[in-house]
Amino acid sequence: MTAAPSLAMAREPAPRVPALGAHGAADVSHRVILYLEDVTVTFDGFRALNALSLYVDAGELRCIIGPNGAGKTTMMDVITGKTRPDSGTAFFGQALDLTRLSEAEIAAAGIGRKFQKPTVFEHHTVFENLELALRADRRARRTLFATLDGAARDRIAEILELVRLSGEAGRLAGQLSHGQKQWLEIGMLLVQEPQLLLLDEPVAGMTDEETERTAELVVGLAKERSIVVVEHDLAFVARLGGKVTVLHEGAVLAEGKLDDVKADPRVVEVYLGR
Amino acid sequence: MTPAPRQPIVLRLLAATPRAGWLALGAFALTALVVVPGLYLFTPPGSPLHVPDHVLTVGGKIMCYAIVAVAMDLIWGYAGILSLGQGLFFALGGYAFGMYLMRGIGRDGVYQSDLPDFMVFLDWKALPWFWRGTDHLAWALALVIGVPALVAVLFGAFAFRSRIKGVYFSIITQALTYAAMLLFFRNETGFGGNNGFTDFKRIAGFSIVAPGTRATLFALTAAALAGTLVLVRFVVTSKYGRVLAAIRDSEERVRFLGYDPLWYKLLAWTLAAVLCAIAGALYVPHVGIINPSEMSPASSIEIAIWVAVGGRGTLLGPVLGAALVNLAKSWFTVAFPQLWVFFLGAIFVLVTLYLPDGVLGLGRRVLRRGVSA
Ligand SMILES: Nc1ncnc2c1ncn2[C@@H]1O[C@H](COP(=O)(O)OP(=O)(O)O)[C@@H](O)[C@H]1O
Ligand SMILES: [Mg+2]
Repeated sequence: MTAAPSLAMAREPAPRVPALGAHGAADVSHRVILYLEDVTVTFDGFRALNALSLYVDAGELRCIIGPNGAGKTTMMDVITGKTRPDSGTAFFGQALDLTRLSEAEIAAAGIGRKFQKPTVFEHHTVFENLELALRADRRARRTLFATLDGAARDRIAEILELVRLSGEAGRLAGQLSHGQKQWLEIGMLLVQEPQLLLLDEPVAGMTDEETERTAELVVGLAKERSIVVVEHDLAFVARLGGKVTVLHEGAVLAEGKLDDVKADPRVVEVYLGR
Repeated sequence: MTPAPRQPIVLRLLAATPRAGWLALGAFALTALVVVPGLYLFTPPGSPLHVPDHVLTVGGKIMCYAIVAVAMDLIWGYAGILSLGQGLFFALGGYAFGMYLMRGIGRDGVYQSDLPDFMVFLDWKALPWFWRGTDHLAWALALVIGVPALVAVLFGAFAFRSRIKGVYFSIITQALTYAAMLLFFRNETGFGGNNGFTDFKRIAGFSIVAPGTRATLFALTAAALAGTLVLVRFVVTSKYGRVLAAIRDSEERVRFLGYDPLWYKLLAWTLAAVLCAIAGALYVPHVGIINPSEMSPASSIEIAIWVAVGGRGTLLGPVLGAALVNLAKSWFTVAFPQLWVFFLGAIFVLVTLYLPDGVLGLGRRVLRRGVSA
């Protein structure tokens, strides 16, 4: 990676209030879908991210592991526009400068995020949660007159099936179990049809059975999109396969196959050895 | 896969309100548009069926307040924006229409001048520029809607863009209405100072105290309330309304779904301001006066109390709340004028603690228990 593309190029594909039609905007002609270079984030002098560099290829399923406080969530905050880095660059594909787009613009450009804590709209039904997430024009004046067509209903039904919530469509999301909420949130990400999916500890608080089902789901999803998973549960990471990046004190400590990484003495010292 | 049926907007408006709602609305329209004005106009004052003047005045006033309460519910109950400055928009609408009514006095004022009396009193020789054209009803109505909408858009764009929320937003709106009140208190501002506007004579050429005019005003206010209910119902049951409620519950999550909350809040906020302004414009001819006290911080807090008492996030609740609280107020201000504020404060505390979904929520719970018992 050399010089960043010009600002004008970065802005054009994402209008101020982007319709999700701008989707698939990330230019992955160089295979890489996500570039983080020398990203530093400090909170009151504390370096949560310390010159972090990380590249994710289009179509890749990447797992990020690392001890608590390593900066994993902060990294996702930078990618989704929630936190602005003090220095460094973050690009989605070749052209979209993530440090200059709003959260909504980044989401509309095709990056979906699942939070560490499940966040669904508790006072909306399961169906309505999916309806709101569904890929469609996001502008206020459009939603005022929007109606769900047959294709949209079919799509929601399909996702309900996939995340095993078909029987719960009419229930308030606040009444779901913890695991079901996690799944609903994954379903909400899927109907957005993101190019890049960020999952922050997706199996936290899940039963073994739910964890296994989630692993199955994520592996299936990785066939059509790039996924970055942050997870503590090494069994889950092993189940997913794919490349593993170890984060420590805001920087990459090691990267490679899970078995190689596990054998790395530095990794053993800071993380696995404890 | 069936393609989306493109329904005309009228049908969508019809569909947004359920059948029971239309029946209730029809009964209300029949009463307020036909029965009450008819009895008022065509029965002799001694008759037991006669509707006296003051009932028309109180009823008209309460319907104006009900419009304000529904607007407040749109932004507070559905969008989670607790504005404590809705009185400002109400007053701006009232003042804009009041200008028209002042011009309608013509030379029948105390000083028999073309200028409104307070201007003669201040020794002004000509109308200030912003009074120009206010003798035309159409322009006055344009001001009723345009000025509050402009203030709402400017303030809303600033506040929502800066992501000012919660109690900070409430405090700033209190400050805004207070500042406006101080401005309108000044004689030099050009709106009659602390006396405001009063002694209106006519409206669209008709005497403002003529029974026909009063009955028409009453019916117009009822129509405005019914229209407000249908419109707001449509808004909150649309996908837009669901996004709005999602913003209320978790604004950040909505952002990460790709929605920009700014436009959602701004639209609801501006619509609410315009509805309050229309209510204010209707209110002035009913009560015959508008002055800066409508912009007092306490007036705006009272609006929030109507909604809390009636039930947030329902549309009928705020209407009930506005009616109940104001009927209680009418009674109190005659019987125990000094105690009203304490009573109001007590209701607010009680409702907050024991009736989180207001009177309507209580009613529903009682009904449900009755059904299951
Ligand atoms: N908003 C914030 N203000 C101050 N410190 C923060 C903030 N967010 C994260 N941190 C700190 O940054 C470090 C990295 O946090 P985080 O990215 O959440 O770690 P992880 O997700 O890897 O457990 C932690 O020490 C955390 O306390
Ligand atoms: Mg974390």
